[in-house]
Amino acid sequence: MTGAAPSTGPGGRVTGAAASTGPAVVVDRIRCDGRGLCAELLPERVHLDEWGYPIVEREPVGPELEAAARAAVAQCPRLALSLRA
Amino acid sequence: MTLAAPGVSAPAGPRLLPPGGGPSYAEHVARYGELPHPAPHQLVAAAYEARLTGRGGAGFPVWRKLETALTTVGGVVVVGNAAEGEPASAKDRTLLTGSPQLVLDGLALVAAAVRATRVVLYAREGATYDAAQRAVAERAVRDGGRGVAGVAPAPRRFLAGEESAVANHLGGGPSLPRTPPVWSRGVRGRPTLVLNVETLAHLALLARFGPDWFAGVGDPEAPGSMLLSVSVADDARPVRVLEAPTGTPYAQVLEAAGRDPAPQAVLVGGYHGTWLTGPAVSGPATRAALRRYGATPGAGVVMALPRGACPLAVSARIVAYLAAENAGQCGPCVNGLPALAEQMGRLVRGLPGAEQHVARYAGLVDGRGGCHHPDGTAGFARSTLRSFAADVAAHRAGTCTARAVR
Repeated sequence: MTGAAPSTGPGGRVTGAAASTGPAVVVDRIRCDGRGLCAELLPERVHLDEWGYPIVEREPVGPELEAAARAAVAQCPRLALSLRA
Repeated sequence: MTLAAPGVSAPAGPRLLPPGGGPSYAEHVARYGELPHPAPHQLVAAAYEARLTGRGGAGFPVWRKLETALTTVGGVVVVGNAAEGEPASAKDRTLLTGSPQLVLDGLALVAAAVRATRVVLYAREGATYDAAQRAVAERAVRDGGRGVAGVAPAPRRFLAGEESAVANHLGGGPSLPRTPPVWSRGVRGRPTLVLNVETLAHLALLARFGPDWFAGVGDPEAPGSMLLSVSVADDARPVRVLEAPTGTPYAQVLEAAGRDPAPQAVLVGGYHGTWLTGPAVSGPATRAALRRYGATPGAGVVMALPRGACPLAVSARIVAYLAAENAGQCGPCVNGLPALAEQMGRLVRGLPGAEQHVARYAGLVDGRGGCHHPDGTAGFARSTLRSFAADVAAHRAGTCTARAVR
């Protein structure tokens, strides 16, 4: 995990330019409770920090991961996950 | 655009806190003239031409906030923000006790321009709130009972002045940050325009005397004057508030405040700010100059670190304070800031690996909260490591160079 984390806006909204187009996973940090389902369902984009909270890659999910990403969004118990372009 | 009352000249020196000025409405009108009534687009144009930036810390272009509110459908809530949660800042309370009618002028101008459905002056509990209430009450009498604003107290917490926390609290919720942007969903879901009280005071002068006058002093990129809260770490003397053109070198500011102009370092912006040393302190403090050091003027906090004070100990105390002031809503911040504070403590004690852990936790919390509190805290911690690398090495070796000076 990099020490030079890009700054995101409130609610986890990414404010920098993404590497390519397409939706990426965004976490509402206030809703998030660190349940961890997202990391289980989408390990290619989400892993957990030492306290169980998601570290989300800014990279778009791409077509191969889109189904898994939508599943993670739907199954988050806190509805904290979303896909944003 | 100049809508100054006839016979009233624009202030040549101090603008917001004129010497010998009193807070009464009569004295206010005698000094500045009656408040003009520009058309909404005129107010936006003036803010644009003047390059007026917000004085609450973020330095956002005011014309853009105004224009967004103007083009918003539905009732806008306008808030004058004097929550002043930053411990090293005293400018907002000084403005509300010294020139409160300028602030109320600004509120009236903005409220009229955006056709506000609710106008609130949100002031820190205690002396600030009392001053705000007195000013609003006096204004209401003058306006024949049509008081411009309601007054609401803000809790004395670091995050109390955060815009979404302000909107949350004014809507009946807790004084805690929330996710939707306030300009679209703020107080009770209404579009909300939050402006720092100093910004409002500048608008009140800008409307009277025009952008050419306004931008005639200071940093060309963000011109005008600004209020600065000057203090010295570990010094019992109270914070001194001065007004100076934007971009005034910090050494000059310190001197004007009667403090040592060549301290070990200066913390600029606030507790989420940046430590400056050497030429950064004596040179121009324009936005362009400060950017080279990764700094911004922030909310005008200028906190000097005197010789003989340990920069790591002072910084560790600030991080501990910031950790304690988290909103309790987001895991990375709730867990990460105390961990960062613990590592700062270990840094002071010269324990192995502390510097690496500080850097790691700073990276881990940055951008992973619901507001910018973890980002600002991480930035401050990183600034400490950068500016005081020699002290970090000395502590690692079992000595403290600052203490050795005394």
